[in-house]
Amino acid sequence: MQQIMTFIDQVSRYQYLQNALIAAILVGIICGVIGCFIILRGMALMGDAISHAVLPGIVIAYMIGASFFIGAVITGVLTALGIGYISQNSRIKDDSAIGILFTAAFALGVVLNSTLKGTSVNLWNILFGNVLGVSRTDLWITFGMGIFVIVMIILFYRPLLLSTFDPTMAKATGLPVKFIHYMLMLLLSLVTVASLQTVGIILVVAMLITPGATAYLLTDRLSIMLVLAAIFGVISGVVGLYYSVLFDVSSGSTIVLVASILFGLAFFFSPKQGVIWKALRSRVSAS
Amino acid sequence: MGNEEENYVINIENLSFQYGTRAVLENINLKVKEGSFLGLVGPNGSGKSTLIKCILGLLHPAQGGVKLFGQPVNKFKNWDKIGFVSQKANSFNSGFPASVFEVVSMGLFGKVGLFRFLTKKHKEKVREAIEMVGMTEYSKQNIGQLSGGQQQRVFIARALVSDPQLLILDEPTVGVDIQSVSNFYSMLTELNKTGITLLLVTHDVSGMTDHVNAVACLNKHLHFHGNTNEFEKNHGLSAFHGHGVHILSHNHEEKGE
Repeated sequence: MQQIMTFIDQVSRYQYLQNALIAAILVGIICGVIGCFIILRGMALMGDAISHAVLPGIVIAYMIGASFFIGAVITGVLTALGIGYISQNSRIKDDSAIGILFTAAFALGVVLNSTLKGTSVNLWNILFGNVLGVSRTDLWITFGMGIFVIVMIILFYRPLLLSTFDPTMAKATGLPVKFIHYMLMLLLSLVTVASLQTVGIILVVAMLITPGATAYLLTDRLSIMLVLAAIFGVISGVVGLYYSVLFDVSSGSTIVLVASILFGLAFFFSPKQGVIWKALRSRVSAS
Repeated sequence: MGNEEENYVINIENLSFQYGTRAVLENINLKVKEGSFLGLVGPNGSGKSTLIKCILGLLHPAQGGVKLFGQPVNKFKNWDKIGFVSQKANSFNSGFPASVFEVVSMGLFGKVGLFRFLTKKHKEKVREAIEMVGMTEYSKQNIGQLSGGQQQRVFIARALVSDPQLLILDEPTVGVDIQSVSNFYSMLTELNKTGITLLLVTHDVSGMTDHVNAVACLNKHLHFHGNTNEFEKNHGLSAFHGHGVHILSHNHEEKGE
């Protein structure tokens, strides 16, 4: 309790902590929301791939002084297109194509980065996040991205819903299913960059998948699932940040651990899907 | 009204389709009149799904063409006149968190537009469609928790909600138990009586012939097209008739599976 009061006191006093807190909340919301669609479409691996594939884009953008977001979106979407191209034009299946391309893109990013001697992007921060280094400008960019992503999801809610639920029927209704897929990949690239400083490339996939998966165990309604995922994302962000400051460890890892603990709780204790209640129910019905 | 051609809901002329060099459909001619209930039967691999995809404009035939409501399929725009219920097994995402009501209202997306809210009137339509397939008491249930037959009813409601004039059903009874199949066909007959044209595609002849009012048999070529009595006569008396031979051989193939 004492420690929590100290944390609140610190947040009220230091602007970098305020920035960090707001960034963590924003990332929790957008990752949670977009993550629901990633989970329901069975694209968790794809989420991991895109989040890694933004690295070369960020490094190149840094080289030529362009915006990180543009670079990230370009390499993110190119990788998604490449994965589709390989799986459609050879016997290589989707999951293998994902494994080939995202590691290639990631490796390219690492090599490009090391050519920038001295002035290179701090790889550690990009990989694992450094939420305490969030500037006001970063915050505004994350905020803008967050709004953009949420607006896109609201606008394209029905196409996303229909193409996720039943792609065949979506095609028959004349919905551009492929376009929707690549639009989601574009949003995913944006979300990854928006989350860079908070959780980093390696762990962003956890923020995409874990809060959504936790919500999925608790409800049968997509709308509620989206809200719950955002709430779990925010809780993970805030509580994770608290422990990150308390123990002085990288924020990405504490945030992800909190998200994982929430998932664990839902997995065992969810009234509908929880393993423990299921076991209890089957015992009751057996006796 | 209009000239004779426009009275056909589906009009397929000299249609051929091949995947690479393998011919799947050859010289298909099929006319479906408004208000009819046509059963299209054929063994697995006979090109049924390909033909449906051609009708829906998802595949483009090498030769010949499809007209829907008198319009060539590539120029056809009124897709809300057509309801399509696909084979359940390989289509929808059964873990998706959506209630029966939500699934059925997805059928309105084409009509309402993708960006507008559903009005009270739309919601009433959804309720009506659910009632038509006898699923009212399940409307709040999650789609994944229903049985195969119940899910198929929900998908029919989804197709019905936009008031289609033609309903195409692709193997709707796969994975549905026998008792439900019979109820299912009775429900289709009722729908047909309200004036909806039905095209039922299936490899399962049993139980179907009592309900449809015309049968066509497909195996690369379209072998038979006539009323149900004719079909049953040929079907039952095995074959001194050319068409019947094909029907019989198709039965053998099915038993071999």
